[in-house]
Amino acid sequence: MVEAPDAPMHDQPLLVAEALCKNYGRVTACRDVSFSLYPGEVLAVVGESGSGKSTLLQLLSAQLAVTSGRVSYRMRDGVLRDLASLGEAGRRFLFRTDWGYVHQDPALGLRMAVSAGANVGERLMAVGWNHYGRIRQTASSWLERVEIDVARIDDAPRTYSGGMRQRLQIARNLVTEPRLVFMDEPTGGLDVSVQARLLDLMRNLVGELGLAAVVVTHDLAVARLLSHRVMVMKGGQVIETGLTDQVLDDPHEPYTQLLVSSILPP
Amino acid sequence: MNAPTYNFAYLDEQTKRMIRRAILKAIAIPGYQVPFASREMPMPYGWGTGGVQVTAAMLGPSDVLKVIDQGSDDTTNAISIRKFFAKTAGVATTTHTEDATVIQTRHRIPEAPLHAGQVLVYQVPIPEPLRFLEPRETETRRMHALSEYGLMHVKLYEDIARFGHIATAYAYPVKVNARYVMDPSPTPKFDNPKMDNSPALQLFGAGREKRIYAIPPYTTVVSLDFQDHPFERYRFDAPCALCGAEDAYLDEIVTDDKGSRMFVCSDTDYCEGRQAAGHRGKESAAPWEKAHG
Repeated sequence: MVEAPDAPMHDQPLLVAEALCKNYGRVTACRDVSFSLYPGEVLAVVGESGSGKSTLLQLLSAQLAVTSGRVSYRMRDGVLRDLASLGEAGRRFLFRTDWGYVHQDPALGLRMAVSAGANVGERLMAVGWNHYGRIRQTASSWLERVEIDVARIDDAPRTYSGGMRQRLQIARNLVTEPRLVFMDEPTGGLDVSVQARLLDLMRNLVGELGLAAVVVTHDLAVARLLSHRVMVMKGGQVIETGLTDQVLDDPHEPYTQLLVSSILPP
Repeated sequence: MNAPTYNFAYLDEQTKRMIRRAILKAIAIPGYQVPFASREMPMPYGWGTGGVQVTAAMLGPSDVLKVIDQGSDDTTNAISIRKFFAKTAGVATTTHTEDATVIQTRHRIPEAPLHAGQVLVYQVPIPEPLRFLEPRETETRRMHALSEYGLMHVKLYEDIARFGHIATAYAYPVKVNARYVMDPSPTPKFDNPKMDNSPALQLFGAGREKRIYAIPPYTTVVSLDFQDHPFERYRFDAPCALCGAEDAYLDEIVTDDKGSRMFVCSDTDYCEGRQAAGHRGKESAAPWEKAHG
């Protein structure tokens, strides 16, 4: 791929997936998925359970090795690199600096036994921050941004409600100012009013920070609210892709039509 | 004929070779935990089975052994292990730090400076410094391999958030040779600076966890801290009640049920040496000569 060296960063894709396949034995979880994600763009991956959404997310974030295909990421130096060639140390470093990963279950993404402040500060300490006062100050400003009472900075997340845990998880991920965030059903298991608040918060943060995000969800309302583009998956394959309103308001594939029509009318 | 019941120093020669190989590897990679095939020893886990195996593999007939437990030469653990090697290896034993060639220790580093040629063997209950923050062994090994040590500072952060200062008083994490983060076994953090650039070889044995690690002589050992909360040694601020030492780590001894207590050196050899040299604390007994006329 030849690129003009002086092309602005946002004109070049941040993440490129090329013909991704993943087999678990004879089961194909993901087949021939290709797309490019640009800086500041939010891509929703929708589909029913078992359609390969979560597998795709793990392939993209290099937590699973691909069976065939390639995932490349544009590092901060502007060079697009194949994740498989980075080595484990490089991938793990990306994962805790330039990327975020929001789990559906906050217990997987947080350290439940240490305080909220330390949860947010962990990524900073991992990249060598060595000043307690500054770490704590940054942690409290992030708690404020995700609307958690700063007075609870020393409480462990196991004393938090589900919505607060999810917001804390977001703060923990965003503290190193990543450029790409993976979200796996970020609003799953929350009640409707808490979901609405969380979605509102995420939409604001994504806009403010210019984050690119891949959001896996089975909830089309989440896709509609957060994303610019939608990819519909079925049986491990992408069957339809396009702008969010285009796909959701004028679905072409029968399966997408079924998905859209199964939302209860407001 | 009195055939010896045990091989020299209890362990058979093949086992000692296996342990020596682990020790050599540990010395070659300072601070790295080397797995080894820990044996059952005739004492319960927690009594120093790891240290005893390292000592058994190290001892030669000409060695002079000293064993301390919390700095003391005369507690059950120290006496048992000293007698064990006196019986199974027939080596000379001593309580004097300077005279010993091998010192097995539980939870202290002697006050007297160690010299080149000495070996300090630590008994280690839990060798993994990251254990209570990251329960998965596969993950902690990977973190060591990639030197991802942010988590260690999370522990210190928690201390400051909760207590206002780094409250970890023992098993204070150190970085060895600017590479591996290591648990110095439950020695008080007062002893941490003694590990840095020590002329003696320091070996750590964890019997239950089956790990050996080492600090070779003259290796840098740095205690982890924050810029605005630097590492500080801690000792109770009082002179020893028996020898008047102002620089030694003190034990608190409760003397009655009305709240009286005295603070004495935890290193008994150091304290006795000072008393023999005429130093007195405010609660030392009258000199022996006078008591007997």
